[in-house]
Amino acid sequence: MEYFVQQLINGVTLGSIYGLIAIGYTMVYGIVGMINFAHGDVFMVGSFVALIAFLLLVSLGMTAVPLALVVVLLVAMALTALYGWTVERVAYRPLRHSFRLAPLISAIGMSIVLQNYVQIAQGARVKPLPPLIQGGFTLISSPEFSVQLSNVQIIVVLTTLVVMVIFAWLVANTRLGRDMRACEQDLKMASLLGVDTDRTISLTFVLGAALAAVAGIMYLLYYGVVDFFIGFVAGVKAFTAAVLGGIGSLPGAMLGGLLIGLIETFWSAYFSVEYKDVAAFSILIVVLIFLPTGILGRPEIEKV
Amino acid sequence: MLYEPRAPSAAGIGLRSLRDIGGAFKSAALTALVALGLFSLLIGERTDQGPTGALVLTPRLEVLAILVAAAFVGGLVRALVLGRDTAAAGGLVPHAAREAAARIGGLAGPALLVFALATPLLFYHNRYLLDLAIQILTYVMLGWGLNIVVGLAGLLDLGYVAFYAVGAYSYALISHASGLSFWICLPVAGMLAACWGILLGFPVLRLRGDYLAIVTLAFGEIIRLVLINWQSLTGGPNGIAGIARPSFFGIPFSPGENGFANVFGLEFSPTHRVVFLFYLILALALLTNLVTVRLRRLPIGRAWEALREDEVACRSLGLNTTNVKLTAFAMGAMFAGFAGSFFATRQGFISPESFTFSESALVLAIVVLGGMGSQLGIVIAAVVMLGGFELFREFEQYRMLVFGLVMVAIMIFRPRGLVGTRVPSVFLAQRRAIAGDFVREGHG
Repeated sequence: MEYFVQQLINGVTLGSIYGLIAIGYTMVYGIVGMINFAHGDVFMVGSFVALIAFLLLVSLGMTAVPLALVVVLLVAMALTALYGWTVERVAYRPLRHSFRLAPLISAIGMSIVLQNYVQIAQGARVKPLPPLIQGGFTLISSPEFSVQLSNVQIIVVLTTLVVMVIFAWLVANTRLGRDMRACEQDLKMASLLGVDTDRTISLTFVLGAALAAVAGIMYLLYYGVVDFFIGFVAGVKAFTAAVLGGIGSLPGAMLGGLLIGLIETFWSAYFSVEYKDVAAFSILIVVLIFLPTGILGRPEIEKV
Repeated sequence: MLYEPRAPSAAGIGLRSLRDIGGAFKSAALTALVALGLFSLLIGERTDQGPTGALVLTPRLEVLAILVAAAFVGGLVRALVLGRDTAAAGGLVPHAAREAAARIGGLAGPALLVFALATPLLFYHNRYLLDLAIQILTYVMLGWGLNIVVGLAGLLDLGYVAFYAVGAYSYALISHASGLSFWICLPVAGMLAACWGILLGFPVLRLRGDYLAIVTLAFGEIIRLVLINWQSLTGGPNGIAGIARPSFFGIPFSPGENGFANVFGLEFSPTHRVVFLFYLILALALLTNLVTVRLRRLPIGRAWEALREDEVACRSLGLNTTNVKLTAFAMGAMFAGFAGSFFATRQGFISPESFTFSESALVLAIVVLGGMGSQLGIVIAAVVMLGGFELFREFEQYRMLVFGLVMVAIMIFRPRGLVGTRVPSVFLAQRRAIAGDFVREGHG
């Protein structure tokens, strides 16, 4: 029982990170109808930017961890958003009227570019960061196993919640959010009604990248190591989460992220750690076959 | 559309270009600013592990400055040179030039074939070139195999390397366990790969284009992870070593009594095996090509191409789209299996390292660069890609970066690849190549 609760806590933490990345996939798919294959690597760039920004702050003499974290969060979100914007501008916008598979192939190219760019710029070795936030609570203590809730986990889940609430408010109540929802329903009609679709699409990428940056920082805090390859697997898992929740649906992305995080954690805890990625990939296949619209998605109607 | 006629007066042009230059500088400055933002932390500071194990930062401001300056110049050039009338400049190749290109293209195939056949004779003493040629031919074969799936049937397969892996491991395991010769193991490995293609294809082929792509990617990764983790069968990350080398129809390439050299009365040379491998992969690649070209004229091949153009129309006309997709998948997988067996027997050692996603991406890039559907284009693309990799060996670090950039650039500037024409399989009176731009693929 204690073991189960512990895994539940770990799973929710991991799921929050996946959920934040999944939102980027789901928004872009909802509006442009493409899989932004480079999004996982944007997440990786976000965690690297955060790592360097933090080291820079420390070398400049800022030692108060909470203040440093806020600064790092803002810097990483801004710079990663710039990456998201650039990727869209360079690799996707020229292809908006190209043939069906062109954006996906271009996105794969962009993903390779980002990975190798970071590898060249920062080296291929794993980058460790000493734990910034220590301590935690012991929820249940028993002789065999005591359930720990660390402060990092609390921060990850709380930050995710706050960011999600802000984001949901943004989509529901602002001009930009309304434009985004309009574009999601019908891109052409939205542009006829005076929505600047290019700008809206750009901002969608910017927002998605900023959320990925938050996920990147959370990943960095939680695991304490990053390398240039984390984006690939995390990206595929987050995409799985987006599909599982129903692509195009924002609550769905969060729900899918949580589910994927829980499944992965429980699989590692009760079956085998080696095959945890196999489990995640298999879920993707199974979901796409049996539940292609996801849990909260709308069925896609094919028009001739 | 309203069209503002250009005033031909000199003063007007001068004013306009002056304003152009001002605008160009502004946009270049903006580009440089974006570059500064992008590179500020990731390039401007380098993280290294210090003596205590903690990360230390080393500023690299000079590199940052160079990159930002380069972005400024690039932005300026782009705004001044490419900024105007790009629509008129690109795309409109004169008809005569296109005709001439098509005529030369018709001769290029046979010429390349003769050259390929003569390669081992021409470069008999250049082992390095022969090895490179074998590698290129392997990718040509993989490209032709994937072309059936991507180019003809229009299904984006991002896990093609999985079938390559299945072929290689099947060959290695079967030949280890049974000691059967290459010529028996090869078709078995190909068939096993085809079975995997069907096994994967059966459930997933109902999916739409990009969902299908992601599922094939996941499948490729699953195969690789299983190969790494199933230690007892596959040897895990250490792979399988000591795979049987090919023999000349039962005669081994060894210096001994019954060796190839002795039987044919030649002096023993290790190059014999390389030459044999060269002709082997050439024959396998040509088989792939032949099957593809012939199948395109059969109903099944026509169904593939029809499916690529419009899936809904296909279904309305009574084609069983699942079966059509399945055959394309199985065909492509089978040739990947053959290529995998060849890879295993050539290397004598295989490990999961050789079957990563970047390998799939490379084969896909070859097909895309080749023009998705053009057999000749794939050959050219394979030579350009792998030859380019070899030429810039010193810059190995930047190889994949450039590779990714090339992939994006092809999609933007030449989405139809190097050979951007389509020759229809079915025609009324006259077979005429048309520019790929005129072909719009439907949703499927």
